[in-house]
Amino acid sequence: MIYEKYIKLLYVDLATKKIRVEKRTDLYDYLGGVGIATKLLEENLEPELDAFDEKQPIIFAIGAASTIFPVITKTVAMFRSPLTGELGESYAGGRLALTLFLAGYDAVVIQGKAEYPSYLTISRNNVEIKDARALWGMTSEEVGRVIREREPGGGKRSIIRIGPAGENLVRYASVCVDTYRHFGRLGLGAVMGSKNLKAMTVVGDRDLPVGNFKEYFRIYQEIYKRVTDTEIMAKYHDAGTPINVEPLNAAGALPTKNLRQSVFEYGDNISGETFVKKNLVRKMACTGCPVGCIHIGQFRREFDKGHDYEAVSVGYDFELIFALGSFLGIKTSDEILMMIEAVEELGLDAMSTGVALGWATEAYMKKLVTEGETIIPLAFGKTDNYIKAIEYIAARKNEFYSALANGAHYASDKYGGKDYAMTLGKNEMPGYHTGYGAIIGAAVGARHSHLCNGGYSFDQSMKEFDKDKLVNAIFEEEKERCLLNSLVICLFARKVYDRKTILAVLDSIGLKYTEEELTAIAERIYKAKIRIKKSLGFNQMDVKLPKRFFETQSASGLLNEKTAYELMLMYNNKVEEMMAKPC
Amino acid sequence: MAKVLRTEGMNKCIGCFTCMLVCSGVNQKNHSISKSAIRVKTSGGLQGKFIAVVCIACKNGRACAQVCPSGALENRSGGGVLLKADQCIGCRKCESACIMSAAHYDEVENQPIICKHCGVCARFCPHECLMMEDVPSDI
Repeated sequence: MIYEKYIKLLYVDLATKKIRVEKRTDLYDYLGGVGIATKLLEENLEPELDAFDEKQPIIFAIGAASTIFPVITKTVAMFRSPLTGELGESYAGGRLALTLFLAGYDAVVIQGKAEYPSYLTISRNNVEIKDARALWGMTSEEVGRVIREREPGGGKRSIIRIGPAGENLVRYASVCVDTYRHFGRLGLGAVMGSKNLKAMTVVGDRDLPVGNFKEYFRIYQEIYKRVTDTEIMAKYHDAGTPINVEPLNAAGALPTKNLRQSVFEYGDNISGETFVKKNLVRKMACTGCPVGCIHIGQFRREFDKGHDYEAVSVGYDFELIFALGSFLGIKTSDEILMMIEAVEELGLDAMSTGVALGWATEAYMKKLVTEGETIIPLAFGKTDNYIKAIEYIAARKNEFYSALANGAHYASDKYGGKDYAMTLGKNEMPGYHTGYGAIIGAAVGARHSHLCNGGYSFDQSMKEFDKDKLVNAIFEEEKERCLLNSLVICLFARKVYDRKTILAVLDSIGLKYTEEELTAIAERIYKAKIRIKKSLGFNQMDVKLPKRFFETQSASGLLNEKTAYELMLMYNNKVEEMMAKPC
Repeated sequence: MAKVLRTEGMNKCIGCFTCMLVCSGVNQKNHSISKSAIRVKTSGGLQGKFIAVVCIACKNGRACAQVCPSGALENRSGGGVLLKADQCIGCRKCESACIMSAAHYDEVENQPIICKHCGVCARFCPHECLMMEDVPSDI
């Protein structure tokens, strides 16, 4: 807790309704954010029990300098992932970090299962578990609207909630945070659903004097200037992350039609520029971020015959355009926004949904499944049917969609087509077929996300392919991001927050660390994550890389399967070497 | 000449709350956005527009100052008022007198938080929503 000698934790047991506050000095060894969340997960996890067992915890945590410096805006959630069965770690922006900070908690640990659908309210002077039976079944937008009207604290409040997919335990159900941000990946929405927890609101309005104003504001201004006056963050503000569609497509790195292609013939129709021209109506920011990367696009929908229309606005980003666009052969920006709206309303992770549907489409084409199972014919580019399929997944409509709701890995175990079920470590792939870095980065990443270590970016930045250099770069970045995520800095600002800046930030709020200590903290966090993964039965060398990765040209040419496994082994050796070192 | 804060660019607001964080920090030496004299809020949830609730620098009859029984709100040159904190008795009359609801009440300090048009929010607004305007001195 800023200006205090302890980290302040809130424990809530939904089953017994017991609430407990704990002040821990030892947790400063993990700095904050993902560091303390990892430690708390390790302490509270039940490795022998299923991800949906009510004893499993959900942990939310913020960092030591959350929201009082530009772009330190995120909250981390940790849990046992129902999708992969192992480490669950997800990040969201919005207002959650600010409100937790000003409610007075560094982390919240939620345990137990509520007797009936409930929502949790947290403020600086109260914690309550309230009846949400009437909200069960509501879409993410509806439940947000009801709680917004009912609960106090507008403007200083965060509302996070799940949709029907979370209730139905779809293993990649997401949690919507303040309408436009999400804990997207790895199924936190389903874990909330398994606890009968429909929503959580946090109100932050406590009084907190600045410790050393002169020093604090000097550093604040310096960072603010770098964020707003330099080019470092410009792309995130301008066209936003979708600006990547065009260069990735041009480079032959944009996964298209279940990665049967890496160039999309309609790429220009779904580029960042096209969205700007045709759909962009607004930009927004997470609290404390002057960049404002949230891009809101609008499409018009006829909802009734007789010239009746509505305008629908949804947030869009590169990964969504890839997963619900090129990966499914969707040809227009309007249709992609319709797909995004469907996953948004139902509360699904966009990436896993798109990639799972990519497998389903190909499995249907290859007659591994029939229309008896898919109910509607699935075909690349057919938006209407995909939207129906998304609804069927969220509802676990039949045996087939129920399998699909468990992820592409599970569904392909059951129906076949493993070679083109595009998952890495059971998590659906990200939108980069750039080379070995992208594949290995996600395969070895602690949570199998492209953001664990940014492996794809090394494919683009390294001049020539060198196995040792690539493995080292991914390993070092994985560790460094443990540090960035312990402060829970938005990773878009990772180039602003170099080590010198991080030390200056901490110093200005009275936290004395040295560079060596930060390095030790990063490694300590990474080791704890690996320990958790091992306790959950994860073995790196069991990860199978779908053959499709090696059949479709990447931006680095055709990749060799053996080389990829060799890189994975090299990485695993580095991890084992780290684990063998004493703490 | 005097300066007053204008909020005419609020249609461009991205809701980053930087204005509130720096106002609280600089003017109240506090991290809480509840201490800010400018309040950005949404009308109708996040899908609605952002609006700024802040002193609009009244010139013709400053209702807050007129209703103040202890003379703690002094007319400010160019518009608006300045708070003389040591004169404030915490009666909250200014809070209800302000038609813009811009005299925010600080429950901890028991006095109002009213914008003094220092311009720090405009200086840190990344989207040109807030700006300072030169107006003739009127005092």
